[in-house]
Amino acid sequence: LTPKKETFQTKSENGVITTLSPIHHRFTSLPPPLRFDRPNPDHNRNGRPFHRPPMRRSLTLRGDLIPGDPLLLPRMEIAANSLYKSKLIRGFCHLYDGQEALAVGMEAGITKEDAIITSYRDHCTFLGRGGELVDAFSELMGRMRGCSNGKGGSMHFYKKDASFYGGHGIVGAQIPLGCGLAFAQKYSKEENVSFVLYGDGAANQGQLFEALNIAALWDLPAILVCENNHYGMGTATWRPAKSPAYFKRGDYVPGLKVDGMDVLAVKQACKFAKEHALKNGPIFLLIGKTQTPNKTIVIIMDTYRYHGHSMSDPGSTYRTRDEVSGVRQVRDPIERVRKLLLSHDIATEKELKDIEKEVRKEVDDAVAQAKESPVPEPSELFTNMYVKDCGVESFGADRKELKVTLA
Amino acid sequence: MASLLSRFCRKLALPGSAHGSRMTSSTACGSETVKSLNLYSAINQALHIALETDPRSYVFGEDVGFGGVFRCTTGLAERFGKNRVFNTPLCEQGIVGFGIGLAAMGNRAVVEIQFADYIYPAFDQIVNEAAKFRYRSGNQFNCGGLTIRAPYGAVGHGGHYHSQSPEAFFCHVPGIKVVIPRSPREAKGLLLSSIRDPNPVVFFEPKWLYRQAVEEVPEHDYMIPLSQAEIIREGSDITLVGWGAQLTVMEQACLDAEKEGISCELIDLKTLLPWDKETVEASVKKTGRLLISHEAPITGGFGAEISATILERCFLKLEAPVSRVCGLDTPFPLVFEPFYMPTKNKILDAIKSTVNY
Repeated sequence: LTPKKETFQTKSENGVITTLSPIHHRFTSLPPPLRFDRPNPDHNRNGRPFHRPPMRRSLTLRGDLIPGDPLLLPRMEIAANSLYKSKLIRGFCHLYDGQEALAVGMEAGITKEDAIITSYRDHCTFLGRGGELVDAFSELMGRMRGCSNGKGGSMHFYKKDASFYGGHGIVGAQIPLGCGLAFAQKYSKEENVSFVLYGDGAANQGQLFEALNIAALWDLPAILVCENNHYGMGTATWRPAKSPAYFKRGDYVPGLKVDGMDVLAVKQACKFAKEHALKNGPIFLLIGKTQTPNKTIVIIMDTYRYHGHSMSDPGSTYRTRDEVSGVRQVRDPIERVRKLLLSHDIATEKELKDIEKEVRKEVDDAVAQAKESPVPEPSELFTNMYVKDCGVESFGADRKELKVTLA
Repeated sequence: MASLLSRFCRKLALPGSAHGSRMTSSTACGSETVKSLNLYSAINQALHIALETDPRSYVFGEDVGFGGVFRCTTGLAERFGKNRVFNTPLCEQGIVGFGIGLAAMGNRAVVEIQFADYIYPAFDQIVNEAAKFRYRSGNQFNCGGLTIRAPYGAVGHGGHYHSQSPEAFFCHVPGIKVVIPRSPREAKGLLLSSIRDPNPVVFFEPKWLYRQAVEEVPEHDYMIPLSQAEIIREGSDITLVGWGAQLTVMEQACLDAEKEGISCELIDLKTLLPWDKETVEASVKKTGRLLISHEAPITGGFGAEISATILERCFLKLEAPVSRVCGLDTPFPLVFEPFYMPTKNKILDAIKSTVNY
């Protein structure tokens, strides 16, 4: 089996870190064993049992395990799309399809002890962290089975046992928070890092620079990842940003630019960043080479979202449909993996189609199960405001009648 | 009738006087043309007029160039050019600070914050810079040309971060004005007054009414005076005070109460800071009972300020404690919104218990 050269050339055109591709080439010369099977339940959990067994296929590509299912994520987003349109999901719904390579690749490069914190576009990150489909759909529909007990909604998915710190509505607010997580990890001398994800819109927030300064000053193992999908809601990146090369904004913090549509490149970048952030090793910038003792590192993931900013945004008032379909044809992450698999004879068309059918069924089952889950009790409105039994009283709409002790 | 009085008021600055006018009907005087518009179109018209009449006024904010997420700024960039109507990066603190600077040089800066829930990064700029600029410079400088517009309030499915009502935070800041319109006609007049007012103004627009509320709005340039409350509905048993979208709910409750023989007087505050104490005081002295309703959480909401002031002024005339029907003391919930909101029935219950105290 000889790997075809063309596939790797297209990657480098899109700006893959040149220093990482030698590592990548080393991988491709290995013979490609592939297994499609249920993963070991202990995978990445160091022996701690899942309380619900994961239903994930794993993709072992040339000895490189990519947990999670790239095909599941866009299917989930499409299901969420139709649920929103049929008004089962209320509120706001921000879809991630087109950007799946980021979620999957990142998971592949790190462990469950490394923390991830992200913005409101968190459905796929949640699934990547081991979240269940049923939990995700229940949370979207505001049911009790949801990961935040139905009180958070689309923008607030969390998973404590997988160190996923969520899901934040306010743009950029999670960045200082994420640096705080890194500080805690450093202080407890854990060999873990925090991945702080934000978008190209948030890259212009003051909070980012404050957090960056502190993280670099105190040498925190924080990896600031900008998911550059080229549009801050309706505004293309070249409009609000003097320098759209967000990875260079670190100045004293080294930055990498990665093709966020290539799952393997993302995986390598995250692995690399984690090692750098933990150790103080020398790192390579895209332009020039600097030796810095800094641990903090900024990564720009060049990616793209097919849907609009949220379900209220058609996504066509600020970009042409040709642009969207063009990106889908040339850079679609799932297509890329599919081509790799087919060209290296790792899988046949039929096998891939079977997986797609399985995935569709899984998603449909999860949606059906989620629909059956009950809506939270009205008393839940007052829970989890303060610590339980704190004794704080709250008043209802009419001070005389409704008095509730907040829990 | 209302528009005639408002033109009068602009020139003579009459103190708050009680006059009855229906909430949504119009009596167009002969010379004006009116058009049926919804809230975002009325605001759009106001912005067009503001930019037309003052060449040194600018509109900017996130995504305003293509018309904004609620279409309030449609057509402005095409008509007045990208130099006067432009998009900003996603940084509220920067946007408001920038607006303060522009205003300090004598321009009119109309800043849009995309949702009131996102106004908090700019809170420092508003409270510490905009509100105190004239005061601390001994009147050498001021940022009176600054107007900050933000959609606020519940919309049915907004959740935690698209439904908040932060007016109470800003009412605690001497130096700025807080204005909240209740309908398209009011919005156009109040927005033009706010933009032309020589003080920094925070203008909250009820997003629920952007499409829902349709009213006959005069097409000409008119201003509604600030700091003047309006009695929308005359009554004798109880005074109800509110603002913004909540007034629609309160009016429903008034109609229901009328069927039970309770005559309610409904007042629209319009300007929360500085608010028209005289009108409310006169009304409470007449009826002897007061009920305040707003969507924001009850503890520390603006209703508390109104209640305390009225108590000071009308203590001996009050027949019952001041009643507040407001949102609950929780973050604005997602699935629990119907429980959280001060609905018509909650207000009706409170009216009855106050009247039967």
